[in-house]
Formats: sequence, C-alpha cells, structure tokens
Amino acid sequence: MKFKRIVVLTLIAMLLSTLAVGCGNDAEPEGGAPADQSENIKVGWVYIGVPGDYGWTYAHNQGREYMEDEIPGVESIVLENVPEGADAERSFEQLAQEGCSIIFGTSFGYGDAMLAVAKKYPDIKFMHATGLETADNLGTYFGRIYQARYLSGMVAGAMTENNQLGYVAAFPIPEVVRGINAFTLGVLAVNPEATVKVVWTNTWFDPTKEKEAAKSLLETGCDVIAQHQDTAEPQVAAEEAGKYSIGYNNDMKEFAPNANLTSPIWNWGPFYVDTIKSVMDGSWTSEAYWGGLDEGIVDLAPISDKVPAEVVEQVEAKKQAMTDKEWDVFMGPIKAQDGSEKVAQGQVLTDAEMLSMDWFVAGVLGNL
Amino acid sequence: MAKIKLIRREKESPLARVLVPVTSVLMAFAVGWIILALAGHNPVLVYQKLYNGALGSSYAVSETMVKAIPLMVAGLAVSLAFKMKLWNIGAEGQIYMGALAASWIALNLGQSSGPWLVIPLMMIAAFAAGACWGLVPGVLKAYWQVNETIITLMLNYVAISWVDYLVFGPWKDPNSMGFPLTPIFAPAAQLPTWGDSRVHLGLILAMVIAIIFYLSIQYTRWGYEVRVMGESSAAARYAGMNVTKNIMLVMLISGGIAGIAGMIEVSGITHRLQQGISPGYGYTAIIVAWLARLNPLAIIMVAFLFGALLVGGFAVQIVGVSFSITQVLQGTVLFFLLAGEIFINYKVVLAHKEVL
Repeated sequence: MKFKRIVVLTLIAMLLSTLAVGCGNDAEPEGGAPADQSENIKVGWVYIGVPGDYGWTYAHNQGREYMEDEIPGVESIVLENVPEGADAERSFEQLAQEGCSIIFGTSFGYGDAMLAVAKKYPDIKFMHATGLETADNLGTYFGRIYQARYLSGMVAGAMTENNQLGYVAAFPIPEVVRGINAFTLGVLAVNPEATVKVVWTNTWFDPTKEKEAAKSLLETGCDVIAQHQDTAEPQVAAEEAGKYSIGYNNDMKEFAPNANLTSPIWNWGPFYVDTIKSVMDGSWTSEAYWGGLDEGIVDLAPISDKVPAEVVEQVEAKKQAMTDKEWDVFMGPIKAQDGSEKVAQGQVLTDAEMLSMDWFVAGVLGNL
Repeated sequence: MAKIKLIRREKESPLARVLVPVTSVLMAFAVGWIILALAGHNPVLVYQKLYNGALGSSYAVSETMVKAIPLMVAGLAVSLAFKMKLWNIGAEGQIYMGALAASWIALNLGQSSGPWLVIPLMMIAAFAAGACWGLVPGVLKAYWQVNETIITLMLNYVAISWVDYLVFGPWKDPNSMGFPLTPIFAPAAQLPTWGDSRVHLGLILAMVIAIIFYLSIQYTRWGYEVRVMGESSAAARYAGMNVTKNIMLVMLISGGIAGIAGMIEVSGITHRLQQGISPGYGYTAIIVAWLARLNPLAIIMVAFLFGALLVGGFAVQIVGVSFSITQVLQGTVLFFLLAGEIFINYKVVLAHKEVL
C-alpha cells in the first residue's frame, strides 16, 4: 500500500518538476536551439578544478564569462574537475566530437592528452594553458604572473614587522619556483633584511592542507602569508591570526578583509576573446603565448589602504617600468640561495631559462 | 494497524538478485530526475547524454571499458582478501607501487628489449611490488593481530609519496622543463590496443584473472580453505588449516593483483609514470567488489557498469550539468544500490499486531 503511494508521489513530483523546467525554458532559451546557426561557434573548456575554488579555475571561468558577454552567439561547453590521468583524453575527444572549433585545457598535465586528440582532429584548434608542446593546431598560453608577484613582494616587504614572510607553495615546478623567486626579489627590493620561508603542500587544491600550511608558517613567526595555490585558505589563516596576506589568482579581499594587502591576479577574458575571434576570422596560428603586464593578462589587484602611499607609488613606478618593458624581474645582478652570483649585472634571463627555473634566489628559506 | 517487518529470507532469492538492483537504479534515476529538474535541467536530455556518453557509440563503449579495466583488476584484488574477511583497503597504494615497479622496468629495459620480454617483466615487477605492499599488513595481521584496515590504509599514502618522490626527483624527464613526469615509455613497454581505441590488453588480463580466481576459489582445496577461513577462522584452525600462512598468502596475492592494475594503467594508458595515475580506483574497487558480492565474474560486469556511470557522469557536463550535480546523481545511484541490498536478504511483510 504504502509503497504504491510512494511511487505515485514520486511520479507526480517528477511531472511537476519537469513542468517547472518547461516553463523556465520558455522564458529563457538555453543555447540548445540557437536561432542563428551560421554565426555560432562552439568553444570547449576542460578545467582541472571547479569554478567554486575561487582560485585558478575561477579565474578562467571569469574569463570565459567575459568572453560570452563580448562575443554573443558563442556556445561554450565546460567540463569541470577532469583529472590529468586516463580521463583527460576522453574529455578532449568528447568536446571535439561535440563540434567545438577551439578547445582550451587549463592544466599542465593535459599535455599528452591534448597532443593525441589534436593529432586526431587537425581541423580543431587546441590551446593548452601552462603547456609545453605545440603542434600545427595546438598552441600554449600563459602569463608572466611573476611580474605581478614581484610587485606584491614589494608590498609584503614593506609591511612585514619582523622581516619573516611565509609562502604556501603547491609543487616544486618551474612555474611555482619562478613565482617564489619573483616575490622574494620584490620583498628584498624594499626590505633587504627580510626572508621568505617556503612550505610545500604537494597539492594544487586542498583547502585544509593549504590552511594548515599557512598556520604552520604563522606559528614560526611569519607575519605576511603569500601563496601559490588554487584556493583562498592561506588568506583565511592569516586573517584568523590577525596577520597580513597576499592572495593569488583573483582579488582575495573578500576572504580576508583585514589581512589582505593585494593579490597578483589573472585576467584571461581579453585573451579568450582575441583567441576565439582569431579562430572565427581564420587568422589563428599556433603559438606559445606568454603575455605580461603590458598585455593586461596579469595584473595586481587594488592595494589595501593600510599600505603607505609612498610604497604604493614605488610599486606603481616599477609596474610602469615593466609595462613599458624598460625593466624586468630577472635582470642581474641576482644571487642564488647559496650566495653565488646567478645572473650577472646587465644580464637578463631568457624565456627558456625562466620557464625551466629550478633554483632559488638568496633570501628564500626552503628546499627544492 | 499494520506494521512493516523485515524477515530474513531462508534462501537468497535469485529473482530478487536481479530485480532489486534494477529497481534500485530505476528509483535512483527517479530521484535524480527531481534533483535535475529542480536544478533547472531537462532530465530527459541529461539521461540521454548520460547514456550516449557512456554506451551510445562504439567510442563511448570503448572509453567506458578503459575506465572499467583498472576497476575490474583492483576489484578482483580486494575481493580475494574480502573473501577471507581481510579488509584490504590498500589497493590504491598497491596500484601505485605496481605502477612504480612497472615503470622502473619500462624506463630501464624498454629501449633495449622487445615487448615479449619487457611486458611480462613489467607484470612480474608490478605483482611483486603490490604483493610486498599487501604482505606487510598480512604479516602484521598473521603474527600479531595488527588491524590490517589501518595498516593498508596508511600504506596508501606511503606509496603515493614514493611515486611523488620519483617523478619530482630521480625519474624526472630532463626534457620536461622541470615538470613532474617520467619520459614516455618506449613502444616495447606499451600494451597493445584494440584498433584505434584506447582499449588495451589489460581487458584480456582482467578476464583471465577473474576466471583463474573463480576456478581456484570454487574448485580447489585452497579455495575451499579460504572460504572456510572467511566464515570462521576458529573452525578453520580446528580443522587443521594453516590460517597464519593463508592470511599472508591471500594478502600477498591480493596486493599483487592490485599491483597489476597499476601496471596496466601506466603501460596501457598514460605511457609514463606521473602523479595521480589512479584517481581513487583502489577505493572505488571496494564498492565494485561489494556490489558484485565478491563474485569474480560479476565484478567484470559491475566494473563495466560502474565505468559507464563514471564516464557518463563526465559526459553530462556537456549539456551544462555541473560536476557537483553529477556527483549527487552518482551518489544517489550508489545509495539506492547499497540500501537495496537489504531486500535481497530480507523480505518485507506487513504484520498485523494481533498476529504477533
């Protein structure tokens, strides 16, 4: 008896819920059957995380939404939380089968999968964020976030009271090492006495671990926490301890209203717009894109009021110098961790040297 | 006044064995329907995509198979231990150790030797490494009654850290610009695949393991002993069976099979050792093993259906369903399947008070 009643109720609930959707769909068609097919192209994204991380994937998703506003009629298809192992190749293949004209992958570990699928679908363009290998229809894209990290280091260096800064870092790979070095050089530029202590979490996305790592740094006396992770948890730890923090990926002010000083941020939107437009008008070519402050793909979030005006001025001046390409972060003289001279006066590191960086500058406390 | 009562079935009903899981899945989809509709999706479209993404084309089926192979092998591995009521939840770590050992062979011999030598050697190495990872908790359990659940679980983290150490350190490809990857294996160290799909020899291997497992548990003296020891180790001891030896042996074989799962994943799919080669196959395998009621032949089937659920889950994102909703759907299916188990062993009767 009861069972029957449950079945009937369930069926009614299903019907009602479907009706609700039906109405919703009438009011607002959802890309399913677009009016004008000819103008439409499909664009695919494969995310390593979820937009709700408020970090790396969030920034890419912001860029995607910006693109949707800028180029009406583009249908974007997103696959979230795709692991780098066996699942990656299928995800790119599925987007290719869906008829995407260009597919973006946002994690380094997608390299093999993207290369394999790009080979199978020569007419589809592929763009691999932080990637290494390119092909005729496979490009890579990334930004010189180290420039913004240097600027954030200047802010941090000026605000520390006991000259001990902490850095919660994901993995000892060149991208992260470069960021730590740039940050430290920024710190030392305004505060030669300071040191930057590094803790590795060996994860991109693990809110608990990131927060614990930040806490361990705070307990050893660090009073500014910077980070290279996918979430804002290190900021939250600094906020709770009443210390300062430097965010990453996005303006992390809302997660740490008191602790937040500034954040090096990504601004993928305009890049996505330009790339997709170039696919639409046929001018796309495979390249290894690595834009900097001058292109606007990386930037520094607004600096907190707590930072003295003269520091902000100094930061602005350095930012201008980098935007005008008069100066860059890895310009000699730079000392390595052991005190030996790594980059001589008047020398500048090449892109290849920066992209394969596996050494720390003097002032970093930590091991690779 | 009617009252619902559960009465244990005297004999497991074969009809219930089939009907209950099917009904469970249907009910899960009905609940999922409501969840999807409330989240603003068209359930028909979503279920269509779920089916198409997992089983709707030969490509989809091949990818479901790719996902299912490690689940089959790891599911077989844990169910052997479970037969003896040894809770080996360390398949994840055993997978990583197997992958590590296989990679060592591939990186050192892949260039200089043919596949007929390299692939069997990779298998032996993977089995040995996984077996070691299973034997340690096995010995601790056999001689000192140390809880194997905790030891196998903790060894998972140790194994993952070993792989991390190697791919970030000594085994890192010098041409990878510092990224944590070993070089790609030579063709001799890659498992052959079926046509242009990614389905690899691991599928045959999984079936062979399943058949050997089935035959030896069902028809050999040793298999009989394992079953008896699973029911009651005291009775087994009284009957003169060597329980201590068998705990170690079963943990060794269980770990070894899981090690093979790691080998086929690096040799058949990733073609190099890297982080995250197993996104939790060792844990999912536990669910697969239980849903298949530890029956090796059923594991092959259940792993395939489970692979379909996982692969289809990714596919529905194409119609705009977010990852979290997909997980809710998958969780609902699991919940109903596991909850439904009770109706296989028990029947529901409406009892009136006066009858009592």
